[in-house]
Amino acid sequence: MSARTYVIDDPERMTFKVNRRTLVDEHVLEEERRRIFDKCWVYLGHDSELHAPGDFRTRIVCGRPILFCKGTDGSVRALLNSCRHRAALVCREAAGNAKRHVCFYHGWVYDADGNLAIVPGKESYPPTFDQSKFGLTPVPRLESYRDFWFVNFDADAMPLVDYLAGAKEYIDLVVDQSPSGRMELIQGTQEYDIAANWKLLVENSFDDYHLLSTHATWLKYIKDAGVEIQAPAAGHLLPSHGVGKDLGNGHAVIDNVNFRGRPVARWIPIYGEAAKPEIDAIRTELVQRLGEERAARVADTNRNLVVFPNLVINDGSSVTIRSFHPLAPNRMRVTAWALGPKEESASARARRLDSFLTFYGPGGFATPDDVEALECVQAGLGTFREIEWSELSRGINKTGEQLNTDELHLRAFWRQWNKHMSGDSQPHIKAAAAE
Amino acid sequence: MNVTRSDVEDFLYNEAALLDEWRLDEWLDLLTDDCVYRVPSNDAPDGAFTNTLYTIADDIARIKARIVRLKSRNAHAEFPHSRIRRLITNVRILAQDDSRLSAVANFVVYRFRRNEDVREYVGTYHHTFSKTPAGLKIAERIVRLDAMELASLGSVSFIL
Repeated sequence: MSARTYVIDDPERMTFKVNRRTLVDEHVLEEERRRIFDKCWVYLGHDSELHAPGDFRTRIVCGRPILFCKGTDGSVRALLNSCRHRAALVCREAAGNAKRHVCFYHGWVYDADGNLAIVPGKESYPPTFDQSKFGLTPVPRLESYRDFWFVNFDADAMPLVDYLAGAKEYIDLVVDQSPSGRMELIQGTQEYDIAANWKLLVENSFDDYHLLSTHATWLKYIKDAGVEIQAPAAGHLLPSHGVGKDLGNGHAVIDNVNFRGRPVARWIPIYGEAAKPEIDAIRTELVQRLGEERAARVADTNRNLVVFPNLVINDGSSVTIRSFHPLAPNRMRVTAWALGPKEESASARARRLDSFLTFYGPGGFATPDDVEALECVQAGLGTFREIEWSELSRGINKTGEQLNTDELHLRAFWRQWNKHMSGDSQPHIKAAAAE
Repeated sequence: MNVTRSDVEDFLYNEAALLDEWRLDEWLDLLTDDCVYRVPSNDAPDGAFTNTLYTIADDIARIKARIVRLKSRNAHAEFPHSRIRRLITNVRILAQDDSRLSAVANFVVYRFRRNEDVREYVGTYHHTFSKTPAGLKIAERIVRLDAMELASLGSVSFIL
């Protein structure tokens, strides 16, 4: 195939296909690192992870070890966690609070703001050595939206707030669960690998077409637990109506009428009778603060949001943030967290966490089957030379609204992916002509 | 009733055999009717399940539902069932009185699936037993994993 025929996007012929090579090829991954992960806004962490000056977290983002920390002036920083002397990791702890960070290799000492404070045996450096120029290097761009901090390795990137486009509305809906507008990350991280290409998790995270077949045991579980599951309406596959939406810049969402319960604020039998008054009170607070319509939007819909390229915020049985990075064409590392309103009561917090585990995570009743599905896809991709294309045309012939079980939202991701990878604003025309 | 370490070892070896052989209904008979089964998250193993995200935090209803799920051919992550084998050692009784006994043991659980590398789950079992007329029953089963993150262990899709 020509280097650019990654996606065939031909609305006239109602065709949308993805070349399976994009899911197996090392050169494609190398191009993705350069054209996507080094150009796009990528999620780093949540504001609530850092409290006091000197607080830090270390994590690997786009292959770079990053020190996500709060400086002495209280501002959030993202520093490259690599000694300016000879590159060693400076901070080797996952999290903590430190007045200074010492590179143990030769003993260079950085302060909490990343300035190089001490150089052992400084007198042997030539007069041209300027210690003030050897602080830990900040990531080129660091910006936040509603406490979600993102980095960008391209100094010329557009502002985060513009980049997020229509995704902002969906982040707002998550944050609106909190009376103070402040959510917090709950301690306990789920960090696991999937032997599959990272883009398969993008697709899976908001692909509702797979729900009935992949998650049959989860549906049976909630049904057995007394949750009412209605028969699908005409033209639908799932118990409730839901739509897929393109939010611009490759971001997309599925926005579904809730049937599976929500900690904020829709009671289901799994929560227990005793939880009813508190869920009612949470609901009342939402209505008072936001009005009936907005409260219903927050409380009665589940939303799975993909922020291009690799952040997923699922606001369903609970709220989970999921960020994932490729380790190889056929392997990714997923980091998943739970998010809740800062002022949530102890009982509501416990219910949120319990509800999380009914579906999400490596021990949940659903996520392990998603992992299995993705690993099965990757195994099947061994045939990519014989079977060249994957099919993503569901709903392409519809005008207007598309269902959550259609694939408009998946196509929105792939179109943006193709735009980056082809360096072309209308790559589909070229691709269709090539076909 | 004084319970010896060798009694606890016999119990744990029998439990291991039932789990390794996927005899999950028989395993259920080893549990009290208010048993809990929990796997804390790897990075915050000391947090309480009420304020910390766990990998698994099952009450007895959820344990039973988990078994219903695992017996279904629709539990795709475990269909066909993986081969699992657990080695249990360093068994210690921490405390006991007339009604309860707590014990800790080291384990390795090996998991094999077709065309996959072996996965080695290493950690400690923390059992709290209830002493009943029918013998020991598990009232609390906490499984702590030593891995810093799950990483290549992937999911905990079987009973660990």
